[in-house]
Amino acid sequence: MSNLLYQVRDLHLSFADMAHKPLIGAAPRLQVLKGLNFDIPQGSIVGIVGGSGSGKSTLGRALVRLLEPDSGSIHFDGRDITHLSEDELRPTRRRFQMIFQDPMSSLNPRRRVGGIIAGPMRLHGLDRISARVDDALDHVGLPRDFRSRYPHELSGGQRQRVGIARAIALEPEFILADEIVSGLDVSSQAQVLNLLEDLVRDLGLTLAFISHDLSVIRRLCSRIIVMQHGRIVENAATPELFEAPLAEYTRELIAAIPLPDPDQVWF
Amino acid sequence: MSNAFLKIRNLSAQLHDGTPILRAVSLNLNPGEVHGLVGESGAGKSMIGKAVLGTLPHAIKITSGEIWLDGENLLTLPTAIWRKRIGARAALIPQDPLTALNPSRRIGPQITNRLVDILGWRRADAQTRALDLLAEVHIPDPERVMRAYPHELSGGMRQRILIASAFAAEPDMIIADEPTTALDVVVQKQILHLIRDMQQRHGTALLFVTHDLGVVSKTCQSLSILYAGRVVEETDIHSFFNGPAHAYSAALLAATPKYTAPTGSLKPVPQSVIDAVQGEIAAFDRLGRGGA
Repeated sequence: MSNLLYQVRDLHLSFADMAHKPLIGAAPRLQVLKGLNFDIPQGSIVGIVGGSGSGKSTLGRALVRLLEPDSGSIHFDGRDITHLSEDELRPTRRRFQMIFQDPMSSLNPRRRVGGIIAGPMRLHGLDRISARVDDALDHVGLPRDFRSRYPHELSGGQRQRVGIARAIALEPEFILADEIVSGLDVSSQAQVLNLLEDLVRDLGLTLAFISHDLSVIRRLCSRIIVMQHGRIVENAATPELFEAPLAEYTRELIAAIPLPDPDQVWF
Repeated sequence: MSNAFLKIRNLSAQLHDGTPILRAVSLNLNPGEVHGLVGESGAGKSMIGKAVLGTLPHAIKITSGEIWLDGENLLTLPTAIWRKRIGARAALIPQDPLTALNPSRRIGPQITNRLVDILGWRRADAQTRALDLLAEVHIPDPERVMRAYPHELSGGMRQRILIASAFAAEPDMIIADEPTTALDVVVQKQILHLIRDMQQRHGTALLFVTHDLGVVSKTCQSLSILYAGRVVEETDIHSFFNGPAHAYSAALLAATPKYTAPTGSLKPVPQSVIDAVQGEIAAFDRLGRGGA
């Protein structure tokens, strides 16, 4: 059995529900993740799919500890990171990175690409930063002179490559990609997906890919976790999930995808 | 086709600095037909809809061309009359149901005001019509929803309300601008089903703006593929999906992921195809300047 990079057990997470807060007293809690159990093997690409509000982004943010779970546990490479403080967490942070959905709002518009990619490396006190920026740009297929450009000078696909370069520059073991191609046109989407696949292979990364698009997930992921209302309704290898979906909701999700084929009986 | 109810002929538009937005776009919309406008970001697909409705941003000017609605060229009419003509005949289903509804007003008046203020209906009639339509788009308890504010409703509910509102005055034509892009797939399917049902029941022509070839194949009878403000191919849905005539259309189709075809890498639109389309557009620009 391959090494498990993540082990998640009975994970619960809730937010304060400010819409229903009484005038005096604490706001009620809104349960977003309701007892999740799963593993992510080293070197795999796991897809996390679900409708709006299913908790898939919240789960992703808990994995990279941008959110602290209420209860349950998250083990990363054998270490319990569930309730580590920010100081205790910092040395480990470099090992799991995140790529965001909207590259326009996740790249500082007033900094050049070189500075954007170098930023996290400075925070983590790395050496040879300039050479590492060049390496990262090479890996994502952007010309090295792009380091002097600003985000607004780039296309959507190029911006998303900068986001990927910033994440891989720290040489992480795990990357969380949250809906990173949903804002892109199909042609740049295809390029970014192919790039991710190459990077995972070449750099030995483990990837969690959050998406609402099962067509994209099927292309990329070896395993798929289907979420609904804060629970995992199905967790299966990709071919099995498509050939024999067990959960009613998985079947519904698959049936809802419009194939680019006018002869498919759909409605 | 001569019986087309909306005919666009050689429509060109540009930014004030001369950047072309639309380049000699021509298309036909027949009564009761669903026509897709498909392209990637910046192709100008939304701008065609806005040009017809007379709601182009101020920075964009129409430089030449004709928009014929029922034998009348809208572009020769004064703006006020244009808006009146199009307002009575056409409606819009916008992309983002949250920004399209006024957050500080109840749903009811947002549907009925257009009928009362612009089309001169009696308020009681407009109210009845709105309630009927909300029921028609499967909204539970329409009376309560009429009194609700947009934030109290889900994305799918808000989009249903905008669909009801678009059909309220029985328009001949509706422009749907990416109406399901903001919704998740399960809700998207419900909304597309609803739009198709309403369109068939009311016999409305639909100009369907989208970037999603899957959605096009389910909703449209014909489509125009746009690239950089130019129509590269106008065809019916079956010939398009059985073998697009233009290299760019074929590349776009090859770049679309399908869950039924898991193996093999996706093919991004090749640079050679992009260069070829851009070459055609450049050649066309020279032609335009030469002829002017």
